[in-house]
Amino acid sequence: MKKTDPIFDEHHVLHELKHYLPAQAPLKDFIHHNTLHAFQQLPFHKGIRRASEILGYKVSLSLSEFRNLYSEGRIAEDVLERIITKRRGRDQLIWWKEKVLTEIFEPAALPRIGSLRSNWKRLFKIDLDSLVQPTLFRILCAYLDQGISIWNFPIERQDFLGAIKEMEQNSFNSFFRNKRARNLLLNTSCEISDLLMTVVGEESLYEHYLFDQQFAHQGWSGMVSAIEDQPSTLLNPKELSFHDLVAFELLLEIDALDTHFGETWSPLALKLKERPTDLFGEVPDTELNEALTIWQEAFEWTYYDQVLSGIQIKKQEKKSIASKNFQAMFCIDDRECSLRRYLEKSDPSCETYGTPGFFGVEFFYQPVDGQFYTKVCPAPVTPKYLIKEEGSKVKRQTDIHFSKHTHSFYSGWLISQTLGFWSAVELFFNIFRPTMKPATASSFKHMHKFSKLTIENKNAADRENDLQIGFAIDEMTNRVEGLLKSIGLVKDFAPIVYVIGHGSSSVNNPHYAAYDCGACSGRAGSVNSRVISYMANHPAVRELLVARGITIPKETQFVGGLHDTTRDEVAFYDEDALSPINAEIHKKNEITFEKALDNNAKERSRKFVSINTKLSASKIHQQIRTRSVSLFEPRPELNHATNALCIVGRRELTKSVFLDRRSFLNSYDYTIDPEGTILASIVKPLGPVCGGINLEYFFSRVDNQKLGAGTKLPHNVMGLFGVANGIDGDLRPGLPSQMIEVHDPVRLLIIIEHFPNVVLQAIQKQKETYEWFINEWVKLVAVNPETHEISVFKDGGFTTYHVGNKNPEVISNLTTILESHQENLPVYLISES
Amino acid sequence: MTQQEQFLQLFIFIPFLGFAISLLIPGKKETLISWTAFSVVGLHFILALVFVSYWILHGHGTLNLKEIVLYESSEYTFFVDFYFDKITAVYLCVGALLTFMVTLYSRYYMHRESGYKRFFNTILFFYFGYNLAIFSGNLETLFIGWEILGISSFLLIAFYRERYLPVKNAVKVFSIYRIGDVGLILAMWASHHLFHENITFLRLNNFDLVHEHLQTHSVIGVFISVMILISAAAKSAQLPFSSWLPRAMEGPTPSSAIFYGSLSVHLGVFLLLRTFPFWEHQLSVRLLIGGLGLLTAVITTGIARVQSSVKSQIAYSSIAQIGLIFIEVAAGFEKLALFHFAGNAFLRTYQLLVSPSVVSYLIREQFYKFSPYAKSIEDSFPKKIENTLYILCMKEWNLDSFMYRTFWIPLKSLGKKLDFLTFNRVIIFLIPAYLIGLFCVYHKDLISPSLQEYFPYLFSLIALVMVLKSFTERKLANMSWLLLIMSHFWIALAVAFNEQFSFNEIHIYLIGVAISGSLGFLCLMRLKFLEGDINLNQFHGHSYIHPKIAFMFLLACLGASGFPITPTFIGEDLIFTHIHEDQPMLAVFVSLSFIIDGLAIIRIYARIFLGPHVKSVYEMGYRSS
Repeated sequence: MKKTDPIFDEHHVLHELKHYLPAQAPLKDFIHHNTLHAFQQLPFHKGIRRASEILGYKVSLSLSEFRNLYSEGRIAEDVLERIITKRRGRDQLIWWKEKVLTEIFEPAALPRIGSLRSNWKRLFKIDLDSLVQPTLFRILCAYLDQGISIWNFPIERQDFLGAIKEMEQNSFNSFFRNKRARNLLLNTSCEISDLLMTVVGEESLYEHYLFDQQFAHQGWSGMVSAIEDQPSTLLNPKELSFHDLVAFELLLEIDALDTHFGETWSPLALKLKERPTDLFGEVPDTELNEALTIWQEAFEWTYYDQVLSGIQIKKQEKKSIASKNFQAMFCIDDRECSLRRYLEKSDPSCETYGTPGFFGVEFFYQPVDGQFYTKVCPAPVTPKYLIKEEGSKVKRQTDIHFSKHTHSFYSGWLISQTLGFWSAVELFFNIFRPTMKPATASSFKHMHKFSKLTIENKNAADRENDLQIGFAIDEMTNRVEGLLKSIGLVKDFAPIVYVIGHGSSSVNNPHYAAYDCGACSGRAGSVNSRVISYMANHPAVRELLVARGITIPKETQFVGGLHDTTRDEVAFYDEDALSPINAEIHKKNEITFEKALDNNAKERSRKFVSINTKLSASKIHQQIRTRSVSLFEPRPELNHATNALCIVGRRELTKSVFLDRRSFLNSYDYTIDPEGTILASIVKPLGPVCGGINLEYFFSRVDNQKLGAGTKLPHNVMGLFGVANGIDGDLRPGLPSQMIEVHDPVRLLIIIEHFPNVVLQAIQKQKETYEWFINEWVKLVAVNPETHEISVFKDGGFTTYHVGNKNPEVISNLTTILESHQENLPVYLISES
Repeated sequence: MTQQEQFLQLFIFIPFLGFAISLLIPGKKETLISWTAFSVVGLHFILALVFVSYWILHGHGTLNLKEIVLYESSEYTFFVDFYFDKITAVYLCVGALLTFMVTLYSRYYMHRESGYKRFFNTILFFYFGYNLAIFSGNLETLFIGWEILGISSFLLIAFYRERYLPVKNAVKVFSIYRIGDVGLILAMWASHHLFHENITFLRLNNFDLVHEHLQTHSVIGVFISVMILISAAAKSAQLPFSSWLPRAMEGPTPSSAIFYGSLSVHLGVFLLLRTFPFWEHQLSVRLLIGGLGLLTAVITTGIARVQSSVKSQIAYSSIAQIGLIFIEVAAGFEKLALFHFAGNAFLRTYQLLVSPSVVSYLIREQFYKFSPYAKSIEDSFPKKIENTLYILCMKEWNLDSFMYRTFWIPLKSLGKKLDFLTFNRVIIFLIPAYLIGLFCVYHKDLISPSLQEYFPYLFSLIALVMVLKSFTERKLANMSWLLLIMSHFWIALAVAFNEQFSFNEIHIYLIGVAISGSLGFLCLMRLKFLEGDINLNQFHGHSYIHPKIAFMFLLACLGASGFPITPTFIGEDLIFTHIHEDQPMLAVFVSLSFIIDGLAIIRIYARIFLGPHVKSVYEMGYRSS
């Protein structure tokens, strides 16, 4: 026979599979990303509908949920009509309105994934999943385990299949039940196509079969794929390739089939009467999908309109504040939005800024006694620098309840009769008087307050593992310049400029890393804030900065700090370096911060049922602190829930607009960047970081079962890298329901204060950046800085948009509104009284 | 003394009242629900403390209260009896404290969870059963509590009833509990014949009485002890049943903590402690119990060491400790065993509750103290031995598949042989046959006595065949249900031949069956009308759309399986007293059909009402989630 191109290209199929599988890394490196990143090359609506029909995901709220929102007034009738008109034409308005409001649609077609492999059950009456998966998960978990088991996988320094092979060769028993699969492993190279020949038997079906097989446990497959791509994410390194997983699973399938049918059975294709639908074939448009799209857009624009009407109002020109008490930089994180508002309210002579929370300094960090380096900058960046902590002598505390001795024979016997009674006491106190415990994940543990950092590099030969220890003067200058210019702080410096990173505290929370700063790769931002402050305070740096147009007065000092978003506490670093005058000012500012933090806690508390929002701010703040260390509290904070906006511009644009902690705020001054070069670098991470956060919340909210992690209450920690339900369940990537239940699934609206043509250039600089916008995975609006005219980006260009005259309500007393409402609030204008 | 005894019933009554009230509160009123649960359990806890203190100060003697006589005939009395001694005291204090704390914990933890009410209903129901069991003064009362624990366990494991795995595991655990139940039923049957009365635990303490009976019937003595051991081993996850415990960790963490970390799993120990006076002088039994405990401790310690998920690790180490407690009980160190129980219960509850913290804690530890390729003791074994043991422990010594192969496969293959029984054939053949049987009961004189002797066997065998068929039926739910109900009638018929026929007793037995049977049948017909064909080939998850029908059907299931909400449960006990001690085969047939009957009932319920809803594919989790 003539050799033809094979239909099944193993390398290609495995590569594709990895592309579609969940990309979430192990828990300690939890970083938000677009859950449906594999569909991002398509326009949003088309992409998600494809994901839905092919992979069986739910990708928007259901019709009845939308209709409820409509009847509650949270989707406006005029917006709905506008969207219908735009999509279907004016003549179809009435017909389609009727449809979206009342029609009962044909249910969606069954998902394509799984349709081939389900024939084992249908035609062969064998439940392959129950026979294979528990064994497979167990072995994978044991091999990858990072430190739960006491008796580790016996074969070390071996790749996965190699290790299994070695065990099989050298033991009296086997993981397999029959000889065939074992011999295949021991005596052949386990080519996937050969194994598929045995199991499936028809080459054209291989791809579909492998998709079915791997998507039957997408959590585990995704984890293996993520670990293969970034092996350093496991502190205890393991060599497990996705290829090995597939090959091993096929061997287990052969073994299960052998057990069930004996050595002779026909491959799946032989009994197959009809071919399954082509997995990646065209997904037909349906009326149901169109209705859902209309609803989604109407839901989004009802909210966007409120925001835009608030933004477009021309505010009073910036009153130049004669003497500023301080300036403070925060992360762009939506959780800082309200704190900034309260700071400005408590001390009208201060200014606040927002910028990604690694503050432009990228490096690895190694704490005292730490055996590893921790990356503290955005995930795609690979730093060349290392900052080491020195001089902290604080001992880590331990908790014997996590000790492995409790699981052994005789020490378990002793411990259960001694410590056992102590457990009851511990539990009692944990319920009635929760306090910080060794088990609490606290942002303040990231770096000790009084330690020293090796920030400055005086000798280029000072290197460790190919990383330069510290930054040289010019490297520092570049970073300080970049930061200050990007936020538009180049003159009128206050005596103290705070740089406040953020982190969080929680207990009993395997997803703790998701609560920390995403711009610091899921760590607290304390080291970064200290490092950038040190740089900006450095006389040599300041000298060089003058030449670059930034003159920082001698009196001005930068102070690093950390805001714990769960506890609403701020720690400041290197306070003793302050000049006596500044120390005085700082003392006053601390009171301002304290007050703002109390108020912030109060505002946050309105979404916590267990706290009475009407209490005084300081009382509530105490309860918020307690909450963060309570074992029984699955919602220490609500993290990014309800996020919907990202505003790039000067503070004046948003200062009097109440955005309900729903907005990322990136400071940017168009006047110092007329060409938009700085803008281009600001825009670049907005998609992956803010858009990623937004879409992860979006999809975890609309399909918490398949794209989210489901409720966290039954979660069981697997190998320290993932969570599963029970002991035999698949890993559950995505966010648990407790994190997303109050989230409204709307896409991120990015609002940029600049002229549309400049914005257009900025977003088009890089293809990957542009994809986010042109395919509408985030929405984009430009605000003309002079006229405040609004233009919407669509199909590659900006068009002027009129919000209409729906001005937001003006309120003077925000507190009463906060005290009486739990749900997401509309946009308000806060009057200056 | 008598005053103290009057108090005992209060400890049963309070949780029951709490359970009943909690059923009536609308599901949306979270605060009211949790407050009810919390105050009931809190009140119970305080009362327990006061009562136990008073009891200790006033001589801490054994208390016994003969509560209600539910049925009485010349040779048989069925009564509920309460009992209190230091074993009860310890189980009461530990149980009350833990339940109180876990209830409080869950008030916040469960916030906004759909099924908030269901959770607290089940916890209170569990607590009622727990108290009934630990206060029980005879096997019959204990059995009622035991059954309640079984059902509430099933409901809590399947708490997330819209996912596949919890439901599957709930059925699995229930089937193992069922084996334990039958151990207890047979122990009751044999002890009726041994003592010719419904013996109380109080009287078991009477050495002369026990000794006198055992001397003449040593085989029955051993039989009873072994049945008790099977029951205890199943409940306390000892070998060969151990694999159910980690699989039960499907519900919310607090419920796993209180059930499978502490209270429920230590009830096997309770049963052994309670019946200790009975088998104290049977050396072989003590060796057996101690040996089983030791074997379990050794093997499950090994399994615990290879676990890479935190909950299964805790589960297996807890089993190992319970194995040690079995040894202590067998050795007669009652106080040590009680002490060990309390410590183990507290420790495992707390460990489970803080288990999610393990990620941040251990990762931090690892970050500072990492040593690659950490060694454990096993690494000093010869490599081949190490690998072999590792694989064995990873596969849990094949315990799970052992249970599957020993119990399920034979049942399934037997059932498959009955495929010729179609709905029509069942009706056409069995109903006339039953009528003939019934006719014969009334006209025993027409049949020769030697032939009559075989009738009970024949009829109970038919009953067994019917439940088998019902258990393996894959298509028609209503046929499966009908077969189940009919099997009870055949059992009644079988026993009717065995004894002087007494309408009264048969009525007691059958009335509950008939009522629940019809209720269940109505539910199925209603569902069929609404949803079309319902087969038993897969989980349908109809409770998602029809929670009310699901609840009614659950009640029907409970009634039909002899759960103490209808008189049938007394009837079951009665039926057994009519099986003579020289008819072990009949006892086997009847008890087997009771086991399978329970399994088949729970299977029907699970398949139809639980699991992912088949018609809402996009709303459900995928199977392995």
